[in-house]
Amino acid sequence: MEFYKETKALVKANIRDYGMYIALIVILLTFTIMTNGLFMSSRNISNLLDSAGYIAVLAVGMTLVIVIRHIDLSVGFLAGFLGAITAIFLTQMGISVWITIPVILLLGAIIGLFNGILVAKIGIPSFVATLAGMLIFRGALLQVTEKTGTIIVRDEQFNAIGNGFIPSIMQINGLHLLTLLVGFVGVLFYIYNEISNRRNKLTYGFDVMSKGIFSVKLVLISAIIAYITWILAGYNGFSWTVVIIIIVVLIYHFLTTKTVLGRHIYAVGSNPEAAHLSGINVQKITYIVFGSMGMLAALSGILFTSRLQSATTTAGTLFELDAIAAAYVGGVSSAGGVGKVTGAIIGAIVMASLSSGMNLLGVGISYQYMIRGGVLAGAVIFDVMTRKQRA
Amino acid sequence: MSDYILEMNDISKEFPGVKALSNVNFKVRKGEIHCLVGENGAGKSTLMKVLSGVYPYGTYDGDIVFEDQVQQFKEISDSVKAGIGIIYQELALFPDLAVYENIFAGNEVKKGPFVDWNQTIVQATQILKKVKLKVTPETLIRELSVGKQQLVEIAKALSKDVNLLILDEPTAALNEDDSENLLKLLKELKSQGISCIMISHKLKEVIEIADKVTILRDGKTICTLDASKGEVAENVIIKNMVGREIEDIYPKHPDKKIGDTVLKLANWSAYDTQLGRNVVKNIDLHVKKGEIIGIAGLMGSGRTELALSIFGNPKNYKLHGNLEIQGEPKVLKHTSDAIKAGIAYVTEDRKGDGLFLLQDIKSNVSAAHLKGISTKGILNLNEEVKVGKEYKDSLYIKASSLEQIVGKLSGGNQQKVSLGKWLFTGPKILILDEPTRGIDVGAKFEIYTIMNQLIDEGMSIIMISSELGEVLGMSDRIYVMANGAIKGELTMKEATQETIMELATQ
Repeated sequence: MEFYKETKALVKANIRDYGMYIALIVILLTFTIMTNGLFMSSRNISNLLDSAGYIAVLAVGMTLVIVIRHIDLSVGFLAGFLGAITAIFLTQMGISVWITIPVILLLGAIIGLFNGILVAKIGIPSFVATLAGMLIFRGALLQVTEKTGTIIVRDEQFNAIGNGFIPSIMQINGLHLLTLLVGFVGVLFYIYNEISNRRNKLTYGFDVMSKGIFSVKLVLISAIIAYITWILAGYNGFSWTVVIIIIVVLIYHFLTTKTVLGRHIYAVGSNPEAAHLSGINVQKITYIVFGSMGMLAALSGILFTSRLQSATTTAGTLFELDAIAAAYVGGVSSAGGVGKVTGAIIGAIVMASLSSGMNLLGVGISYQYMIRGGVLAGAVIFDVMTRKQRA
Repeated sequence: MSDYILEMNDISKEFPGVKALSNVNFKVRKGEIHCLVGENGAGKSTLMKVLSGVYPYGTYDGDIVFEDQVQQFKEISDSVKAGIGIIYQELALFPDLAVYENIFAGNEVKKGPFVDWNQTIVQATQILKKVKLKVTPETLIRELSVGKQQLVEIAKALSKDVNLLILDEPTAALNEDDSENLLKLLKELKSQGISCIMISHKLKEVIEIADKVTILRDGKTICTLDASKGEVAENVIIKNMVGREIEDIYPKHPDKKIGDTVLKLANWSAYDTQLGRNVVKNIDLHVKKGEIIGIAGLMGSGRTELALSIFGNPKNYKLHGNLEIQGEPKVLKHTSDAIKAGIAYVTEDRKGDGLFLLQDIKSNVSAAHLKGISTKGILNLNEEVKVGKEYKDSLYIKASSLEQIVGKLSGGNQQKVSLGKWLFTGPKILILDEPTRGIDVGAKFEIYTIMNQLIDEGMSIIMISSELGEVLGMSDRIYVMANGAIKGELTMKEATQETIMELATQ
């Protein structure tokens, strides 16, 4: 009985956070049943995650931009443009991958910072400032690819980012060993982290979850990690794209939940006036958030170029809107101050799952757009309803 | 036909938990200027909102008789139709539209389904002549001074054929010349048969212009004075405005230890570039260690602006003069500099710019001093809970847990969270702006008790308050402000409700 009560209280308090996980599970189950299990096959999941990668990293940055009550429309073509620059570095200029990638990331951060200055210092509405950026980078992308058309990249190290997998060491029963090991270490790390957290709280004398609920939580999440690992190990294992997404999420999750900078970002988003009066430099926070967005746009461009093994003249089209949609599905709120990095990733996976599942079912592209639009609207309606309950 | 254009009989209006008006009687004769005076919160604005239909018929008790008919205004447009025009303190003009567009906004001159702009301009020109405003109708509102904008508001009201004009503090934002002009215009309109109700804090103006003065206090009519009988005099008005019994809810503190000067302002002025005027004028002020300074004054007297100009100047005023903290001259460019210098400012509007309403108690408490719970930029979330708990206990914050969303707390508890947030920064000088506005008596007493504890710990407090009882009950010294300037400094021996009100209404 106690157990049931605590579970109920926990669900009630966190319905906003759990909502999208539940939505994701419903979507996954529906497609799995409708495709007779094909949807959950190792190969499909692996492809799905790889194809979600370049939108997922954008969605992470976009979530923070929306948290501070702005928007960035320039990131799609910025990603396309920087992807083309990457290709030019690698092919026409023959610069090594290890130099190209950091330079491109830095370039993205600088361009993002410039957007931040337009918005925070000069006071241009972010919608307009970044719309201008969108047009400029679209033109810039056409400019650099005008002579050559599609630029094909033959650098194998680079192409592995979007298509390759972590090395296997050896196969056991057709399963990818290193992937299994990484998954196992991940589970251990997660359990260690949770237990040390709980112990820490106990030494402060705080209330913690009861042992029953705590064990259920540990088992449940460990099982999910293990299941994903097992599925991926059945194909080629973790792809480099998945590894990159995981690293980005870990860094940004830490940054937003455990650092002063993260707190300042959410403070500026929830009430800019109060943040200013609390001694927070609102301009500086805006620069940092736009700068990070630019850097992630560069990363997105690198992932996309690598996945296609080429830079095309139309790369990046509508990425920004996909990223915004993923962020909203992931629970960010346009009123500011609310939204999580983990949510953005889930949002991106939800949108990618919808595409992938409907493709498997042979749903026409016209219906696909309508259904994805409906899901987006539903997510925002859910956001507005739960917000009414809170405030 | 009675002599009265307006009779408001036995008007009562209740808000949850507060009786804003109780059995107010208010009568205005045809063609008179009737001034309505009273402290902040006496019920003047509420009464005018009842009259103009902002609070619709049925939400209040009593009768409104206007031009011999009982009126039941359901919305503002009903009162406008009846011939009542109201001009609020905050001007309601569209800055980027022209004068003529503003005058007829919502009341467009039409020819068939279309707006007849030529006719609009012709009519606007006539009305502008009436209010003696010499600008072309095509001028944008943005290009006019506040005084001229005020005249456009009056023109707008006149365009609707009003018989009764209500002005809420019309001269609050005007300089002397503009005020003089406005008063002249009101007299002129009176001679044309337009009656006028004016709410004002400036008693000199009231005495100059009023035929009658009605005084409200705590939602009740105290008396109506008649100028023709020579009843309107400053001391009589003040006596009737304040004469309230002060409740004894102020904790006594007999042995205060007052030390050296910690904050000193000399010839301190702040110029607001957006308003185009000085909001703080030539202020000299000092605060000693362990002292509570009361800053009294009416709303709009520049008290909040003074606080902001000291607290790192977040509104980007142009500042002049000297600020010294513990004997050292300081220039505070950002609120973070002010916090570092040991100043904290608990805002007047806790929901607007004080708290993060969607965040929980603990993150609100830590928001202004994250350094206190972090090392090298990385937060210790457990330390945050510990700090939150300390303040929840020591400030008697009533909440089910530290994770409770601040937006859901009562006003008093929100105020304590706001106070906790600033105490955690470890200030030497604490500025409290209306610290007990809108909170219940129990929470008030707790906040006063906390204030006494804080000065014992060596803190200095600057308390801005519109409540005279609070200022008299808690302060060690009082400055009274009006029009952005300090009109007087009072010791507790000199200070009474009357002496403060006299200075505040200058």
